[in-house]
Amino acid sequence: MATSYAPRTGLGALSVSIPTPVWLIGTTLLALLAIYFIGIDQGAVSVFGSDMHVHEFVHDGRHFLGFPCH
Amino acid sequence: MEKRIIGRGVLLGALGGLLAFVFSRILAEPIIDRAIDYETGRDDAQMALDRAAGKPMMDMGTELFTRGQQANAGFSFALIVFGAAMGALFAVVYYLALRRSGKITPRSLALLVSGGMFLTLYVVPSLKYPANPPAIGHHETTKPRTALYLGMIVISVVALVAAVWLGRKLAARLDNWTAVIVAAASFTVVMAVVMLVLPSLGQLSANRREYGDFATETPQPLQDPSGVIVYPGFPADDLYHFRLYSFAAQAILWLVIGVGFAWLAPRLRADRASEAAPVAA
Repeated sequence: MATSYAPRTGLGALSVSIPTPVWLIGTTLLALLAIYFIGIDQGAVSVFGSDMHVHEFVHDGRHFLGFPCH
Repeated sequence: MEKRIIGRGVLLGALGGLLAFVFSRILAEPIIDRAIDYETGRDDAQMALDRAAGKPMMDMGTELFTRGQQANAGFSFALIVFGAAMGALFAVVYYLALRRSGKITPRSLALLVSGGMFLTLYVVPSLKYPANPPAIGHHETTKPRTALYLGMIVISVVALVAAVWLGRKLAARLDNWTAVIVAAASFTVVMAVVMLVLPSLGQLSANRREYGDFATETPQPLQDPSGVIVYPGFPADDLYHFRLYSFAAQAILWLVIGVGFAWLAPRLRADRASEAAPVAA
């Protein structure tokens, strides 16, 4: 593994080698994208324009998870 | 280390989503079906009124997925993917928090982070803008409702991060207990003010214009021109239980993530030791 680990009492800055921010940022972006498609796409905004397949497929989950729906 | 935490976050989140789905499929899906029946019946009654008044008819559009597909494949997909995404976000926050956790053990930290994320990503926003079953929510207000809901999430996250920061500052001067109480009280006051300032959904301009002055978009009884009720308002018990189960499902998800990570925390530390060893050698 490319990351070196600094123990808890050590300097935080040392444990941040390059791969860590890439993994953290990549994971965050992917997670937000997934939440966007489950919760928001084809409601207020839409990536694919006038198509309702994503919205209708996750319809029950969208209502149930608390996202605004039609 | 971070890859291992992220992998476990995604798996635990997906597991939490799966359990939340099983719970919801049994308890909430009947309510969703009743709500859709209510909506259909109300639309029919509205159409009959419109026809009698000589108004133009609305086109209802075609069904893309059957109710069976939505209730099973679609519903489980939504909850599992949502759970996995939340688990991934948890892993990122947990990883960042681990390195600044001070005296808090990794096990307690897992419960604190999942509790904080449950609080800011669902509980607090839903106090102002609760989950709604089908039949509730006007088409024309989808954009402002989405903006308000996401805005509430962002504001609660920022307010909680600020409260944690404040608590740490105060802990240096006061004792820990007092610092935590002051930080929690500050968060509560700030969020109460935000909730007072933001509009209720029924008071959005489009709703005021179209439906009159109501606090929410929950359908009122439908009346004919002479004021006779021809279709009832949305059933209060279904609304209550839908929101209760929505809350419970999110609680299940965050409980699985938090307890799961707390369970694994000692092993994550064992991993650290084995990772640290070659570096030290």
